[in-house]
Amino acid sequence: MTVDRLLPTPEAHDLLDLTTELATRELAGKVDDFEARGEFPRDVLRTLGRSGLLGLPYPEDVGGAAQPYEVYVQVLEILAGTWLGIAEAVSVHTLSCFPVAEFGTGKQRAMLPEMVGGELLGAYALSEPHGGSDAAGLTTKAVADGDDFLVTGTKAWITHAGQADFYNIFCRTGGPGPRGISCLLADAGTPGLMPQSPERLMGLRSSAPAQIVLEDARIPRDRLVGEENQGFTIAMRALDAGRLGIAACAVGLAQSAVDYATAYAKEREQFGKPIAQFQGIGFMLADMATGVSAARALLLNAARLKDAGRPFSIEAAKAKLFATDMAMKVTTDAVQVLGGAGYVADHPVERWFREAKVLQIVEGTNQIQRLVIARSMTG
Amino acid sequence: MNIVVLVKQVPDSGAERTLSADFSVDRASSSNVINEMDEYAIEEALKIKEAHGGEVTVLTVGPAGATDSIRKALSMGPDKAVHVQDDALHGSCAVATSKVLAAALRTLSPDLILSGAESTDGRVQVVPHMLAELLGVAALTGARKLTVDGSQLTVERQTDEGYEVVTAATPAIVSVWDTINEPRYPSFKGIMAAKKKPVQALTLGDLGISGDEVGFAGATSQVLEFNKRPARTGGAKVVDEGNGGEQLVSYLASEKFV
Repeated sequence: MTVDRLLPTPEAHDLLDLTTELATRELAGKVDDFEARGEFPRDVLRTLGRSGLLGLPYPEDVGGAAQPYEVYVQVLEILAGTWLGIAEAVSVHTLSCFPVAEFGTGKQRAMLPEMVGGELLGAYALSEPHGGSDAAGLTTKAVADGDDFLVTGTKAWITHAGQADFYNIFCRTGGPGPRGISCLLADAGTPGLMPQSPERLMGLRSSAPAQIVLEDARIPRDRLVGEENQGFTIAMRALDAGRLGIAACAVGLAQSAVDYATAYAKEREQFGKPIAQFQGIGFMLADMATGVSAARALLLNAARLKDAGRPFSIEAAKAKLFATDMAMKVTTDAVQVLGGAGYVADHPVERWFREAKVLQIVEGTNQIQRLVIARSMTG
Repeated sequence: MNIVVLVKQVPDSGAERTLSADFSVDRASSSNVINEMDEYAIEEALKIKEAHGGEVTVLTVGPAGATDSIRKALSMGPDKAVHVQDDALHGSCAVATSKVLAAALRTLSPDLILSGAESTDGRVQVVPHMLAELLGVAALTGARKLTVDGSQLTVERQTDEGYEVVTAATPAIVSVWDTINEPRYPSFKGIMAAKKKPVQALTLGDLGISGDEVGFAGATSQVLEFNKRPARTGGAKVVDEGNGGEQLVSYLASEKFV
């Protein structure tokens, strides 16, 4: 179904048209093979980069497209509806440019055109094996050694580990707690920075994360992004924006599931008529479609608050929470509408069902989103 | 190098297509796109410009609606466009279209003209040859590879059996098949930039061509009737009663596959 979108500018319509063309011609035919093989689609991302899709929110003087988040999240939505792995990669890459774009030194910012243009792929290394949700407790340690930092520790669940050209490494440079953390920008070739084998995932297999082991990884001091011990602030600011990205992925994924289930229900006949004509199915489809529309409305509202420079963190948390729980429910129901066929990998709802689950976990589990929202209410 | 790419807007070959009541191509009821093969010509022009410098101009003969395809073509990277548009052109045959294109090309004096080897609507493949004749330039048609060395052009000309190597000096026209390259997607910046690129509008009067030389009035060929392609019929069925292998081989032999 074509979504009727109110967009701020004519060029936003052009951008979404371009995204749809790329999704149809470049992504749709490849997703199944890459998912089956668990292969990372680096060349597909290069194509998207050359089309300008990897740095949409960043200013034009660093190679971005200066698009508001309101538009950027709808690009992600369209990509996710075809290939979640690609949308997630675009979201993570865009996130990984954020620390340098917002807090970087002049020398660091000189790298931005290549980062934002997608020639260099980025990764964002915050989580650790013993603490994903408790980011302020991270233990990867950086000690000063002349003009360098020597970094030791283990990062976990790192999207693009082993594929990325640069890594934002969040590590402890000061005392315990959130005020002792710094952000370092490391090149892929940094000695002692060792990406491990990709995890074997339930879904999202074309973009599987991996651990990164750091053993006295030598990162020059001029790669410190922002002030020393300012890292936690940078990480949280980036994650607020990242939550919008994941909410957008959920909306796109669920929209595709609704569309697919609806088309199937109109074709599939039982007891002499299409199953869509049975109210039991029709009401399911109606609830699914309503859930998608509601999630999109929350997402766009949070994105517009961000674009207006207003506080948006809590609304982004609500959008992430609602959209990803909705996507899990909608993809579960889409499998149900297809019945046995929905459980078979020949239909994409099987993949979407597996993929939806990860969205409830990444960029802050939905329990953390609830924690953030509750704290904002109860202090 | 001054390169002109011929770009035609055609009905989407992936959708249902038909002719209008006057037997011209029906453009109203179908979504119109850049002729697929022309995208390869645009890509080749851009690659030559990137390697050797110069300017790339898109030339289109077509109705007002062709503007969409011109902007799309420009969003891939060409510098400017020329759009020949005149109501009298409706119903023009290949000979008349070539006459118009040749007149427009004379105003641009290109070193190299690039086009798709055929359009997905007419599929007659004659326009590049006719243009070469009218302009007195070399025709290197059906290229799967093009090498530019100064003013010397070398083309691998695709044939059913393989390819021929043909060369010519500029000015020349080269028509290309979809084996020659992989066309780029427009970039978002390219789409924005395309809105500001100059598109020169020309009429038949500007080119010194009178209305009765073109359109249905000047057509050298006429469509009398048309029929839909017949539905596919079932092929021969081989039932294996001990001699299935022989039957298969004799069928393949009758079709000259073995």
